[in-house]
Amino acid sequence: MLSHASLPHAGGRMGRGGILPLCEVVAMIWLDVLVQGILLGGLYALFAAGLSLVFGIMRLVNLAHGDLIVFAAFLILVTVNLLGLNPFLSALIAAPVMFALGWALQRFVLNRVVGKDILPPLLITFGLSVALQNGMLEVFSADSQRIRAGALESASINLGVVTIGTLPLLTFGSAVLAIFILNRIFYTTAIGRAFRATSDDPVTASLMGINPRGVFAMATGLAMVIVTLAALYLGMRANFDPSIGPARLIYAFEAVIIGGLGSLWGTLAGGAIIGIAQTVGAQINPEWQILAGHLAFLAVLIIRPRGLFPRAVD
Amino acid sequence: MTPILETRGLTAAYGQFKALFGIDLAVSPGECVAIIGANGAGKTTLMRSITGVLRNDPGMVLHRGEPIGDLPADQVMQRGIAMVPEGRKLFPSLSVEENLLIGGQVRRGGGRWSLDTIYQLFPILKDRRHSPGTALSGGQQQMVAIGRALMSNPELLLCDEVSLGLAPVVIRDIYAALPAIREAGAAVVIVEQDIARALSVADRVYCLMEGRVTLHAPAAEISREAIHAAYFGEPT
Repeated sequence: MLSHASLPHAGGRMGRGGILPLCEVVAMIWLDVLVQGILLGGLYALFAAGLSLVFGIMRLVNLAHGDLIVFAAFLILVTVNLLGLNPFLSALIAAPVMFALGWALQRFVLNRVVGKDILPPLLITFGLSVALQNGMLEVFSADSQRIRAGALESASINLGVVTIGTLPLLTFGSAVLAIFILNRIFYTTAIGRAFRATSDDPVTASLMGINPRGVFAMATGLAMVIVTLAALYLGMRANFDPSIGPARLIYAFEAVIIGGLGSLWGTLAGGAIIGIAQTVGAQINPEWQILAGHLAFLAVLIIRPRGLFPRAVD
Repeated sequence: MTPILETRGLTAAYGQFKALFGIDLAVSPGECVAIIGANGAGKTTLMRSITGVLRNDPGMVLHRGEPIGDLPADQVMQRGIAMVPEGRKLFPSLSVEENLLIGGQVRRGGGRWSLDTIYQLFPILKDRRHSPGTALSGGQQQMVAIGRALMSNPELLLCDEVSLGLAPVVIRDIYAALPAIREAGAAVVIVEQDIARALSVADRVYCLMEGRVTLHAPAAEISREAIHAAYFGEPT
């Protein structure tokens, strides 16, 4: 009697047990996809933040941005190999070098061409992109490289429902922190005030005693510090070689446009949207990863041509 | 006494179009000089040349006897020549207070003017200090533009068409600040279309026509006929 009565119970439990975990597994897979996508978006936001900063201040699109990221990655790699430092310390050394390079690039090259006509800066930075790629090919060869990060490469944090890689989490956290700091600089410091004033009206800014060319050089230098941070995580996350810059530029572009020109938090949102689209695409079919990101970009452009959080007036 | 500002045979051109044909003028410390003239007489071009927005031969513009004609605008400003530009040109991305602060960001020149004293001069700005500069009325924007220029404690303040587009009562309020500005030690150059207003506040008047100085006299001694002739040309 007792055993008889318990039978349907046991059977019922088994039946439910067979269905529920399947739902849970599906939900967990998609939750995982979503989380991984957002974290990947942190990397794209780092690619994009420097581009967004430079465009926001001087309406200059730097087509060599992706190649500068790759260049910074090689710089970190060389520092790691030569000095035997860990990648984070190496990035700390590379950052001021990149700042100086960015400052000089703006001061001695790009300042000559910024102005009303947007074509000359595009040509110059396109040329720079080609030169950088070939220069790096000559020096570093076409071999894939990677910045070794030891145990960090495979470390993860188990949150029960999802497991998060420590490195992607660190990437995303760095992106949020970088954008937070950039915003603070922009809106609460004297140099940020000069950035915004010069962006509004360089001639009137010069009547305030501000040298717009000096401001531009500072901005590009700052952008190259963000580029170094992006390069650090790019190099630890995946293989890189001298040819991958332009694809990073496209992701950065898309994140900036989705977010809305001139909005740094928008750029983070843009990065997350591309990241999610890519991981969702990859989940459905691994071949769709890159395509899904581009499709999400086009979809946002159709719905909101000026991006999600547009700030810039022109 | 060496003039604070002097132009010697100042010429300026936009490409083929010549806008100034040898302007000679001088401003002494503490003086208030008005520059009047019809539209297109070259007043704004003259301001752009003095401030370094337009670059000239070094010797065409002198600051305390030193040639500054070829200096860029930011360096001219750092010498103590501040500008209230035509059309006010507030920075739209900056609040009222930030607009004021940026005026004194590079040069503070230890003088009377600070955020506090600007707010005493134009109390309404204190209430609106967190608004975007461009959300204010035209008159209030003009006050911000003047305050912004004063923040560097300039020795020479150039005001380009400060009354343009403003109601008479608002213009009166703005000109009411002039005595305090002069008392603080700045020489002032006022570019005006409102001749009566210019004559009432200035020590000396220059009249420009078609890029030349057609009249130069102390404001007190000037006659309506002389101005008419200088403004529109001699009757033929």
